[in-house]
Amino acid sequence: MRSQGRLALWLLLAPALLWLTLLVVLPHVDMVLLALSERVRPRVYEYGLGNFAEFFKEPLYWHTFARTAVFSVLATLLTLLIAFPTAYYIAKLMRGRAKSLAFIACLLPFWVSELVRTLGWIILLRETGVISTFLVSTGLAADRVELLYNDAAILVGLVYSSLLFMVVPLVTSLDTLDDAMIEAGYDLGGSGFDVLREIVVPHAMPGIMSGSIVVFMLTLGNYVTPTLLGGKNSLWFTEQIYNQFITRFNWELGSAFGILLLLVSSGIVWAGLKLSRQSLGTVVRA
Amino acid sequence: MIPSIRRTTLSRFVYGLYIAAFFVYLFAPLVVVGVFAFNDSRFPSPPWQGFTLDWFVGTAPGKLGLFSDPALLRSIGVSMKVAFFVTILSVAAGLANAFLLERGRFPGKGLLYGMMLWPLVIPGVILGISILLFSSNLANFIDDRLGIEVAFLRPGIPLVVLGQFSFITSITTTIILARLKKFDLTLEEAALNLGATRAGALRTVTLPFLKPAILGAAIIALLMSFENFNTTLMLVGSQSPLTIHMYGMMREGTTPVVNAVSLMLILGSALLAAAAAIAGSERRR
Repeated sequence: MRSQGRLALWLLLAPALLWLTLLVVLPHVDMVLLALSERVRPRVYEYGLGNFAEFFKEPLYWHTFARTAVFSVLATLLTLLIAFPTAYYIAKLMRGRAKSLAFIACLLPFWVSELVRTLGWIILLRETGVISTFLVSTGLAADRVELLYNDAAILVGLVYSSLLFMVVPLVTSLDTLDDAMIEAGYDLGGSGFDVLREIVVPHAMPGIMSGSIVVFMLTLGNYVTPTLLGGKNSLWFTEQIYNQFITRFNWELGSAFGILLLLVSSGIVWAGLKLSRQSLGTVVRA
Repeated sequence: MIPSIRRTTLSRFVYGLYIAAFFVYLFAPLVVVGVFAFNDSRFPSPPWQGFTLDWFVGTAPGKLGLFSDPALLRSIGVSMKVAFFVTILSVAAGLANAFLLERGRFPGKGLLYGMMLWPLVIPGVILGISILLFSSNLANFIDDRLGIEVAFLRPGIPLVVLGQFSFITSITTTIILARLKKFDLTLEEAALNLGATRAGALRTVTLPFLKPAILGAAIIALLMSFENFNTTLMLVGSQSPLTIHMYGMMREGTTPVVNAVSLMLILGSALLAAAAAIAGSERRR
């Protein structure tokens, strides 16, 4: 009976171990090893930090990296600013059926592929697009305007694709805030701003943190939105990784880039979790 | 509404306006994608040239509709194939993982659970390249030592399936595990007391209880596989799935046929979302 139990345990362990070692752990170990190997002659490699040195020597590489990180922070802050009033409205000012409908409406667009949503933004923003045509026909602009292929377009798209991951944790955390707390804040003579700063935001902090962590992580790793809305000027780090791997076939440098991205991404997630004292499990589920 | 707090009509109006603008922002891209699928023009942009169904059923050269565009149909076929295997594999593995985490007793279980969630915080591009280089190195090694070329370790459909499986399994595991945690073990004991075998109790009591979660996990897996881009991009071979094909079309500039495909995708995801919602409400019961 006991040995039967052990057999069952091993049978259940097998898929998990195969999955995690062959598809997650070993590929990452391999990536680290490759990033640390330098080509001295064709087919001859030595261990060293040359690929990382290359990253800091070539301005294009670390500019792209810094730019991606700054844009991700910016997109995270903007997403928070745009999502917060809506989340507050849904959680605190709506009731019953209307509330659940509004909440579901926030989720719906994100069931659709990111490519479809980006296509929508291309049609809206391009020179011959909907907004440009509207501006010309109403006389607000003399000539057609190209709204695509610039930094603002990238940000609009990034914020758009992140909203869901901010609205949901915010609504969830604001839902548990007792209305009486807000009333008490006003009764004690606080202004709207005081109540927001002293009561609402502190209460929503877990939601703000987990939303921001997820949004930052997804933005940093995004590929479709910056490359399609930014065009040739997008200079996004994931695109640089793709170029090294697929176009240039420089896998050693590409691996080093991959590790840098992974380090920043995991570092931010880890710091965010430590700051907000949450576990990965709760953030992922939210 | 918090009635005791007085707000001026103006502030209420401005706030309402903001919420309206928010929802316009949320739905405008999807609406224009749908509308311009029916525009009788070569480009998916204004002006409106009249209503047409050509981008779905057209057969004229240069005005090929979705249902007669062989490259597009082929890519949809590839996506379906990939999604089919990813769904079967990730739901099966998720089911095993859920039982392992809920019923198994062994050292390092917490660590294993953490490892299972890890793929969700690895950027998809990184997951793709790490699997690409590991499988390529493995294939090169086998080729060098044994002189055998292992085709499925080279970029192509099997590798895309494995790449997507590597993170979708994390999701199916959490969905099925959440349901299994709510299962009342005495039900299984009752079945055993009444003379059922272990397998019989599993089949007639536990699995039916898990059915809504298994169904929900399968729908999510199907959708995530069909829509995945980042991981797939790095592992794709000569046969492109739909998202990769669409990306190429959008980069080069395309006819509204891409809108027609997108509209189908919107409708498809809406159907799946509804199905998942039904499975979800059953799960909570």
